[in-house]
Amino acid sequence: MTARTGLPGAGPAPLHRVVAAQTRMELRLRLRHGETLLLTIVIPVVLLLFFATVDLVDTPGDEPLDFLVPGILALAVMSTAFTGQAIATAFERSYGVLKRLGATALPRWGLLAAKTAAVLVVELVQWVLLGSVGVALGWRPELAGIPAAVLFLVLGTAAFSGLGLLMAGRLRAEATLAAANGLYVVLLLAGGLIVPLDRLPGPLEAAGRLLPTAALADGLRSALTAGSLDGGAAAVLVAWSAVLLAAAAATFRWE
Amino acid sequence: MPGSLAVEVYGLAKRYGATTAVHDISFTAATGRVLALLGPNGAGKTTTVETCEGYRSPDAGRVRVLGLDPVRERRLLAPRIGVMLQRGGVYPSARPLEMLRLLASFAADPLDPDELVDRLGLRESAGTPYRRLSGGQQQRLSLALALVSRPAVVFLDEPTAGLDPQARLATWDLVRELRADGVAVVLTTHAMDDAAELADDVVIIDAGRVVATGTPAELTAGPARLTFRAPPGLDVAALAAALPAGCGVAEQPAGHYAVTGAADPALVSAIAAWCADHGVLAGDLTVARRTLEDVFLELTGRELRV
Repeated sequence: MTARTGLPGAGPAPLHRVVAAQTRMELRLRLRHGETLLLTIVIPVVLLLFFATVDLVDTPGDEPLDFLVPGILALAVMSTAFTGQAIATAFERSYGVLKRLGATALPRWGLLAAKTAAVLVVELVQWVLLGSVGVALGWRPELAGIPAAVLFLVLGTAAFSGLGLLMAGRLRAEATLAAANGLYVVLLLAGGLIVPLDRLPGPLEAAGRLLPTAALADGLRSALTAGSLDGGAAAVLVAWSAVLLAAAAATFRWE
Repeated sequence: MPGSLAVEVYGLAKRYGATTAVHDISFTAATGRVLALLGPNGAGKTTTVETCEGYRSPDAGRVRVLGLDPVRERRLLAPRIGVMLQRGGVYPSARPLEMLRLLASFAADPLDPDELVDRLGLRESAGTPYRRLSGGQQQRLSLALALVSRPAVVFLDEPTAGLDPQARLATWDLVRELRADGVAVVLTTHAMDDAAELADDVVIIDAGRVVATGTPAELTAGPARLTFRAPPGLDVAALAAALPAGCGVAEQPAGHYAVTGAADPALVSAIAAWCADHGVLAGDLTVARRTLEDVFLELTGRELRV
């Protein structure tokens, strides 16, 4: 005989409450760490102030801020969806947190939804802050392009989350920490965020065009300067998202 | 339904690459009872429990928890089981009360996290990050996390490892309350007193196989044994000859003597008389039933496990 009734507990809470509770936990944990603050707020703001006031690189167009601010907004997405998420998730895996949560009412998709929601909240805070600093410096974005910019925020988050989870779900935590920080620096310099790609040597420029950072930054520049939707950049991000998320889903280890 | 089957394991086998962790394990655990999986290190206890929790797919055999397949029906089962992993499972920067509240918020009708914190002596450390808790505090939090959702079945992997005596008693009390509430408790341990104090049913496993099953009383049944200590090298044949007919004496290990045969007052008197005649001071003379530890060591051997 098998017991299906008479359970001591009343079962799980409604799923939306479970996912919401996990989202709040993810946010609290992210905000608790000083290095998160450094990565998501301090570095982008410092870079924005530095490159806006020191005329180091020739930027295309009349207004350097039209190039620089969307690049920093793209950097904010990369730092939160990729670097921060990869490192946090890798350590959660090595500490057995992902394993433990697997034996609760929180489904795996719910954990990923909570992580994504927390990432989007942090990104919105970053954007409001960085956008305000940009405006204070004299940046005048094209407001009609905001819906297109939000679309790129979502696409960029998908692509960079895919990359972060691909590393976190397979590599050791220490290896993820090193690789995520290393890639962050490489993409910051060669990803078309701050330095225009046409300033790079030929082969690097060609490769840089295909990077998700360049597609995200270019898409944001078209949106926030001309108010237009850069279909090519969006297609590059969709392709990266599909490949990276599929690879992460196929290789992710929860333990 | 007290006494109905909550966990059913039949012919479980599990391999990791070339290593076979579990060859053939079968047992059932009922609601309102505590089952102890007892075995030396590497016996397959954790593999068995983690298969019940849905973390491992069996290579052979059948596992059902609350009538559900732990792997294929995991989403239905996970909210109804409580899991205490052997280590880890908590965010290093999370505080005990915070983590308990998180898992409590996953349940429709959870236990009160504050009450659990008090019960398990975690009040002073309720706001300390997990990574700064002592090993015993981490163990107690892990136990609380297994209970907070008021599950129907609780799996505790080495619940008392690293606990001080007070924390052990608190853990034992909680497990007894779970049983009284009708929860099925499956715990692994290599601590005999855990099993002796708590278990209604004991399954002794060794090298991936069940070597004995029963209640503690059934496992320790048999005639009482008389043992004593004395200087090594007594003439056991001469001693046996001085005892009532049918009695034998063995020295194992050196200086420890066990007397076979019905232990009665006449036997004790005969041994004392023989010792007096030979100027031997016998110590620790006891007449006792076999303990669970005796049974365990008889079945699993005395060699050290790696």
